[in-house]
Amino acid sequence: MASSTERDLTRRSALRLALAGVAAAGWARPGEAAAKVATKARIVIAGAGAAGLAAASRLTQRLDGAQITLIDARRAHFYQPGFTLVAAGLKPKSYAIGATRDYVAAGATLVEDRVVAFHPESNVVVTAGGQRFGYDFLIVATGLQLDYAAIEGMDTRLIGVDGIGSVYGGPDAAEATWRELARFVERGGVGLFHRPETEMKCAGAPLKYAFIADDRLRRAETRRKAELIYAAQNKTLFSVPIVSEKVRMLFEERQIRMAHDHVMTAIDPGRRVATFKTPQGRTEIGYDFVNVIPPMRAPDPVRSSALAWQSGIFAADGWMEVDPATLRHRRFPNVFGIGDVAGVPKGKTAASVKWQVPVAVDHLVASLQGRVSEAAYNGYTSCPLITRIGRAMLVEFDYGNNLTPSFPGVIAPLEELWVSWVMKDIALKPTYLAMLRGQA
Amino acid sequence: MQQIDPMVFVAVFQEMLGLAFWPLIGFILLMVVAVAGIVIRDGRISPRRLVFAQGLGAFGGILAVWAMLWFTSSRATDLLGGPIDWLLTLAIAAAGVIGGAMIVYVALSFGPTSARRSPAP
Repeated sequence: MASSTERDLTRRSALRLALAGVAAAGWARPGEAAAKVATKARIVIAGAGAAGLAAASRLTQRLDGAQITLIDARRAHFYQPGFTLVAAGLKPKSYAIGATRDYVAAGATLVEDRVVAFHPESNVVVTAGGQRFGYDFLIVATGLQLDYAAIEGMDTRLIGVDGIGSVYGGPDAAEATWRELARFVERGGVGLFHRPETEMKCAGAPLKYAFIADDRLRRAETRRKAELIYAAQNKTLFSVPIVSEKVRMLFEERQIRMAHDHVMTAIDPGRRVATFKTPQGRTEIGYDFVNVIPPMRAPDPVRSSALAWQSGIFAADGWMEVDPATLRHRRFPNVFGIGDVAGVPKGKTAASVKWQVPVAVDHLVASLQGRVSEAAYNGYTSCPLITRIGRAMLVEFDYGNNLTPSFPGVIAPLEELWVSWVMKDIALKPTYLAMLRGQA
Repeated sequence: MQQIDPMVFVAVFQEMLGLAFWPLIGFILLMVVAVAGIVIRDGRISPRRLVFAQGLGAFGGILAVWAMLWFTSSRATDLLGGPIDWLLTLAIAAAGVIGGAMIVYVALSFGPTSARRSPAP
């Protein structure tokens, strides 16, 4: 007969086996399946936006005893995928605003300061407040900077004035953009849409807003009073060729005129004219409404540090030199770059963050354990491309421009569907917030 | 997406519904238990109550689709995007019909004379 200790052990083993079964069946929360890794490692996360907060949540799930420090001066958290809905007049600006503190994982410390210098050679970051943080591992998740000054004559104070909008500028700018669009819908004229030639976050957003403007005009029965122009930075409308072609078909159907190889270089608010650089020289397009999208670059502290690409297509704007599959820095192995700041071919979206973070975190944890992680990020990103209010195309793709539908045969990626709109409108934000908490 | 994790759905619905999530789950379970209890108590499904519940439940279906359109700033024509949209609409309507019918059935069964006056088929 077994002793009580043996029985207990058997019971415990059985319980453990059952839990393992549950975990294997996919019912365990991320991080619960494996035991926590005990470590005293100092991990600094620069930036507490979507990527930084999600990484902190995942790390606290995986590690026991680590000193995790998040550094970000901004107290408000912006749900950026919501900006389009705010600028469409469908949501109040409060929809896109939260508090960073509400999403900081228990076990991580938030320092309300800004990293102004990265010293990866000595494993130190310095903040605007003069604090120095040494680290064993660094995760850079600073996001990117909107370079409005690169467009001559443009100033963020012009957003919401005389027909100038800018959906990307933040919740206030998105709301001001809606006011300007609403005015334009009433009066008509020329609606001008464009995108920068730099890497940018959510390259579908400029297209979405052109579609939304068209839909708003049709709903108000003022479409005939307006001319809509989309000025693309190159010969395509979207980096994924099959999607680009579909958008071209839709633009033609909606009578949105396309101008290619047009890069906005200046704006004259007084004359309501935008200047574009084209292969044939400079050209001007007058507007009554314009959605200005500035060039986007890595934040200055990253650009000026050794973390930035030193050569190649990502060097000019200072994006971080990371391996596209592991998000690990190619020269500083204890440094990872996730989210917008990462110098990878695609993936400046919240959907990319959702898939990048677990990969980077697994590689970091593997380093602590002395093992090699097999986790790889394939460039997956997702864009619910709104084609009118109430319809969207759920476009998902990877580094190789392959479509990677989550629901093949059920939700067609290139069809304008209500179900895709419903996902964007009511399911995306809860999924995003669950991601910040490390639960999705 | 690389995997479907049921706990992710729970987390997402919790974020979506906030504080209403668990009360709502509780209410749904309560209704299921109540209907089961009433059927066991009565020893049968009352055909009169069932017909009445289904009739009023139909309004629940219409209400559910209407509410979904309202919540998502959509118009009825948006529901015609493709077969998956029709299926989603049917699923929302079915949830409304079933939910509505259950609530009506339970309400009728707890009426003052419901148990005694339920007529034989």
